[in-house]
Amino acid sequence: MAQITLSNLAHSYLPEPKGEQDFALKHMDHVWDNGGAYALLGSSGCGKSTLLNIISGLLKPSQGRILFGDTDVTDAPTAERNIAQVFQFPVVYDTMTVRDNLAFPLRNRGMDAGYIAGRVNQIAQMIGMEEILSKKARGLTADAKQKISLGRGMVREDVNAILFDEPLTVIDPHMKFELRTQLKALHREFGHTMIYVTHDQTEALTFADKVVVMYDGRVVQMGTPQELFERPAHTFVGYFIGSPGMNFFDATVTGSGAVVEGIEVPLGAANYDGPVAGRVQIGIRPEFCVLDSTGLPFKIERVEDVGRHRIVRGSCMGRPVNVTLPEGMPISEDASRVAFAPERINVYADDWRVAPKGEAA
Amino acid sequence: MEKTLNNKAWFLVLPVLILVAFSAVVPLMTVVNYSVQDTFGNNVFYWVGLEWFADMLQSDRMWNALGRQALFSAIILAIEVPLGIFVALNMPKKGFWSSFVLVTMALPLLIPFNVVGTIWQIFGRVDIGLLGYVLAKLGVDYNYTADAFDAWATLIVMDVWHWTSLVALLAFAGLQSIPEAYYQAAKIDQASRWAVFRYIELPKMQGVLLIAILLRFMDSFMIYTEPFVLTGGGPGNATTFLSIDLVKMAIGQFDLGPAAAFSLMYFLVILLISWVFYTVMITVEKAEGK
Repeated sequence: MAQITLSNLAHSYLPEPKGEQDFALKHMDHVWDNGGAYALLGSSGCGKSTLLNIISGLLKPSQGRILFGDTDVTDAPTAERNIAQVFQFPVVYDTMTVRDNLAFPLRNRGMDAGYIAGRVNQIAQMIGMEEILSKKARGLTADAKQKISLGRGMVREDVNAILFDEPLTVIDPHMKFELRTQLKALHREFGHTMIYVTHDQTEALTFADKVVVMYDGRVVQMGTPQELFERPAHTFVGYFIGSPGMNFFDATVTGSGAVVEGIEVPLGAANYDGPVAGRVQIGIRPEFCVLDSTGLPFKIERVEDVGRHRIVRGSCMGRPVNVTLPEGMPISEDASRVAFAPERINVYADDWRVAPKGEAA
Repeated sequence: MEKTLNNKAWFLVLPVLILVAFSAVVPLMTVVNYSVQDTFGNNVFYWVGLEWFADMLQSDRMWNALGRQALFSAIILAIEVPLGIFVALNMPKKGFWSSFVLVTMALPLLIPFNVVGTIWQIFGRVDIGLLGYVLAKLGVDYNYTADAFDAWATLIVMDVWHWTSLVALLAFAGLQSIPEAYYQAAKIDQASRWAVFRYIELPKMQGVLLIAILLRFMDSFMIYTEPFVLTGGGPGNATTFLSIDLVKMAIGQFDLGPAAAFSLMYFLVILLISWVFYTVMITVEKAEGK
């Protein structure tokens, strides 16, 4: 297992990239901790697969280095990186038994037969497959095959990292939850460094300690699910994460007050000093909006009951706004305005979050 | 929901039944008819029962032809299947050269059988054929019209030239359907080239390969035109395969009864072996699935 360092990394699929727009993966510097569970989250084409392929060794980055621990592996082929990967579609060796599948990576590395047998049993126990070790892999269900792929990765004790490329795509919904839980438990118990690529925020937020949100070839934020929720570093994180996403309003911000369409919106204790420059927006999560008789004018369009809470879809001066109401809270008759919890408002300039004065970076 | 029963639908199948009756059943029955009768001319026939079948089963001539036929099919399968796989593995997977190679490979398949025979007949001639002439100049004693071994060798090389493409193209199609992730997984598992072939490529090609083997078996077991043009079944009876022998018997000697019995048994043998192949294929697939 190892810490993964992405140093000065960037990648372009063009042989001679001219400007920044030619880069599929824009310049980045990151250190991913040994034993961490990371999720790479983003919509299609955001560069997450490119980044994964660079880590797995399928792609050589156009610039920068990648280190596993202290070893520079930028030029090392996949086979030498000692990583494991679980693919979108289950990749198992159909004609082999489950046991042979699990033993395959060890046999190829010329390990001692006794050790292999012991290790395979250990792994089978971990993924709950002791009963079917002698079965052929071909007839198994998709989720069992994904478990075998995972087991094939974990069977090597010295594996540097386990990569997951949208591994639950072909899994039945009711099995997704179970697999995710199992994966989380395995991570907690054995502490492999895990990198999980997905476009599903639920998967990312439940699996990872740190979620790496990517947008347009850039890592826009790397943080815990809570940080992503409370302080999205970029407007993309704001509306991509959360259901529904963050509400944004164009505003002017001076000191600790914002003005939206001529209406004053207090920002609580936060102080932003003089006028914030650029295209300024304030963002507020639907969970921190209250329907009230003060605040911005609000017109209710429809109410969706999603079980534990209700989502009120409406508009505010022509702009769509969502408000989440906790279970059991009635919508008052005179709810013609929406107010925001001041300390929950984030300020953005040109899509990037502006930290108020005195906030720890 | 209950199924509605409407037997009138059977009338919709009638055109096909009539067509098949005229194209297959009636001719086949004519052959059956010949096989149980004898004639001394003047279109007068006598019932002989299964005599012709008994005769044929005791005839060395038929057993020899069957033996040659089986040997021929076995040899070309043993060459064409591994060679086809080898070629497919080495074909470019995409881009211009992939299309180019595909088209080039398909060319022999498009040549009419008698033309293939003629090409090789001339190609192998010692006086004017490129192959025969060069071999003769090199001091090789090669003459497919006089030497049984040379005739066999020429026929086999010709069939390999003609049909390996089919196996290769089918195998190539099977290879193309393997997702890239499998190769990547194999790399991660540090699988050797042989292991990749044995555990990824071969299992994925299994379906198409079984079809290729079945096709090549049936075709080679019924081969007629090429040896007829190239060697005419000679030298002696060295390349007289079943169908050549059958034609000699039926049209050359006009022994309609024995020839009819012969062809029916020939048909049944092919049917039987194909059925065995098919059953094995299905069983193997099912067993793998468990």
